[in-house]
Amino acid sequence: MSKPRFEDFFELFGLPRAFRIDDGVLAARYRELAAQVHPDRFAHLGEADRRAAVSYASDVNEAYRTLGSTLARAQYLLHLAGQDAALESNTAMDTSFLMEQMEWREAVSEARAAQDVDELDHLRLRLHDRMDLGLDQLGDEIDDQRDYAAAADSVRRLMFLDKLGREIDAALEQLDT
Amino acid sequence: MALLQIAEPGMSTAPHQHRLAVGIDLGTTNSLVATVRNGVPVVLLDEQGRALLPSVVRYAADGKIEVGQTAQAVQARDARNTIVSVKRFMGRGLRDVAHVETMPYDFVASDGMVRLRTVQGVKSPVEISAEILKVLKSRAEASLGGEMAGVVITVPAYFDDAQRQATKDAATLAGLNVYRLLNEPTAAAIAYGLDNAAEGVYAVYDLGGGTFDFSILRLSRGVFEVLATSGDAQLGGDDFDQRVYCWMLDHARISLPSLEDSRRMLAKAREIKESLTYRDEANMLLQLTNRDRIDLMLTREELAGMTRHLVAKTMQPVKKALRDASLKREDVKGVVMVGGATRMPHVQHAVAEFFGMEPLNNLDPDKVVALGAAIQANVLAGNRKTDEDWLLLDVIPLSLGLETMGGLVERVIPRNSTIPAARAQEFTTYKDGQTAMSFHVVQGERELVSDCRSLARFELRGIPPMVAGAARIRVTFQVDADGLLAVSAREQSSGVEAKIEVKPSYGLGQDEIARMLRDGFDHASDDLQARALSEQRVEAGRLIDATEVALAADGDLLSDAERAAVDATVSRLRDLAQGADHCAIKAGVEELNRATTEFAARRMDKSVRQALAGRSVDSLKV
Repeated sequence: MSKPRFEDFFELFGLPRAFRIDDGVLAARYRELAAQVHPDRFAHLGEADRRAAVSYASDVNEAYRTLGSTLARAQYLLHLAGQDAALESNTAMDTSFLMEQMEWREAVSEARAAQDVDELDHLRLRLHDRMDLGLDQLGDEIDDQRDYAAAADSVRRLMFLDKLGREIDAALEQLDT
Repeated sequence: MALLQIAEPGMSTAPHQHRLAVGIDLGTTNSLVATVRNGVPVVLLDEQGRALLPSVVRYAADGKIEVGQTAQAVQARDARNTIVSVKRFMGRGLRDVAHVETMPYDFVASDGMVRLRTVQGVKSPVEISAEILKVLKSRAEASLGGEMAGVVITVPAYFDDAQRQATKDAATLAGLNVYRLLNEPTAAAIAYGLDNAAEGVYAVYDLGGGTFDFSILRLSRGVFEVLATSGDAQLGGDDFDQRVYCWMLDHARISLPSLEDSRRMLAKAREIKESLTYRDEANMLLQLTNRDRIDLMLTREELAGMTRHLVAKTMQPVKKALRDASLKREDVKGVVMVGGATRMPHVQHAVAEFFGMEPLNNLDPDKVVALGAAIQANVLAGNRKTDEDWLLLDVIPLSLGLETMGGLVERVIPRNSTIPAARAQEFTTYKDGQTAMSFHVVQGERELVSDCRSLARFELRGIPPMVAGAARIRVTFQVDADGLLAVSAREQSSGVEAKIEVKPSYGLGQDEIARMLRDGFDHASDDLQARALSEQRVEAGRLIDATEVALAADGDLLSDAERAAVDATVSRLRDLAQGADHCAIKAGVEELNRATTEFAARRMDKSVRQALAGRSVDSLKV
């Protein structure tokens, strides 16, 4: 029974349940809450207090991790809306996106094979632009249209792009050393 | 008329009580203990006025245990029983330890943590470290005149779960209450007061006797975050001594010195190296056992020249850490110097040149980590008024995960997660009627289990028989503020809290620690009773005080019946604490802890809501 009594991470941070949130407010709230519940404040107290602090602080950290990342935030909102993003099993995507995926993959592996740092940098910028577009759209789908099925689709695409971004970063790092 | 005292919410209503708290730097080469006295952090000295306790423990044939200078003095004569730099063995298996073959110890072949066979029997690194901690504890108690309420012990930022747990176990054996394990670079940053003034990225350059550690921290509004750590476990001040020693051999045309001469020359080399920090040149005069004399002159420039490659070697880990943190050297706002070897002017110059600024070096580099630990211990003891912005967040250095099919790692808590952290993962059975499951907990960044570090194995039993895939077993990883992991598991559909048994791969089991505690008192069982009683009384007193403060501030969160139940438990514990039965007191402490669990959660909840209520006005206006 030592679980905190808040509805969801948004309520914990005193924020409206939405995709578009103010990062500055989120960070400020996090600091306040973390300072309030950090086990260091309870180090000299009894075990009950220390346990409650560890549990609460873990939730606050997890909440910040979830709300602080756009993709994790979107997935969390879909989960709250009862929309199963089913990220692994539901890979039915439209053909245009499958084509786009293939093009991206090809471009990245060619640049990597050629050890072309400039091209990889360029791809990374293009990818980030593409992701920004996708995130804007995701905001519309979740906050305005409340079309969670479409949003789940967008999340899956963005996750692919995110993964690709990390692969480009890894390739760049390898060429760097 | 007497005025009523009204306490601020959350503030103690009890008269201010100063709790004795110390910070301990449990170092590879030397260990220190420090405290905050009248608001100023100070290192505590031994009876001879020495601050540094060499981390050397000797088990003598007559049953005595010597620690520090006395052990160091006889090290050459009794190398097998004199353990130097035991920190290298903490939470490590025999295969992890570098250069085992050149060490004079009698290692015991075993699967888990290395053991050493001494004239007083087989010892684990945890027991050996506990001997160092005991000496520091009694030094602190003699100096402060009372029982220690709690300590902060520092560990390298890169220490994994097994190494941290081993450190905490050593403290338990030494009878210390650990408030917190603190990362060494964080402690150094606290000592420099970076926690309250600075914003930005800081680096800690720690060149000790035998190891080099480099860490990058980000500080923002009192939040500490370790971004990257790197180092060289085989590079330290001792290598500089070695260079000077070789130079002496060369210039004095000595080819094969006797063991005794070699020891004297090495000591002289160190002395000369140290003196060249303050002088431009130094004369070395040494009479050898064969009556030959060494009479040489060494300048600071020559010393710098012959050890330049060693300084250059430290820059490799520096560059690596910057790369890992995706930072450029210009991003670093300050470099804190730690470790005695950073006193050498050419080390200072090299760092200044690389980062384009003078490093922070006005504190004694040998003491800075202990001082920072003392400041943090003082805060954790509740001795310092906490201001709202005060917060020290650490991250776990390595990812924690579970082994899945095919020897792959399923990451449960990724590296650099802010701690405390809790994450749950669901698993299911793969056979009809399966009632048990085994798990393997690993730590590391690689995909394959074989490339990661094994932390523990545990078995889950008592799963109700179901068809394959129907059981939902929720495994929860909980990492506390010390970076230590606890695992729990329950079957969701039936609600059965299955029993788990954790077997640490490189640690000690709880029963083993209990046995070591008993062994330590084998010859004096009265002592054991007395100590257990005193410990339980202190714990009971602490808990009663804390509960009363909480009741005074937040008593309204309890119903009358709930309040009466807590009050009754408190007075029962108070009665028990008068008696001499330490087991009964312990049971009473546990009872009060249970009785206040819900109360603690409600208070936490209230304080969070208060924090929100205070601030939500401005956000609502947006």
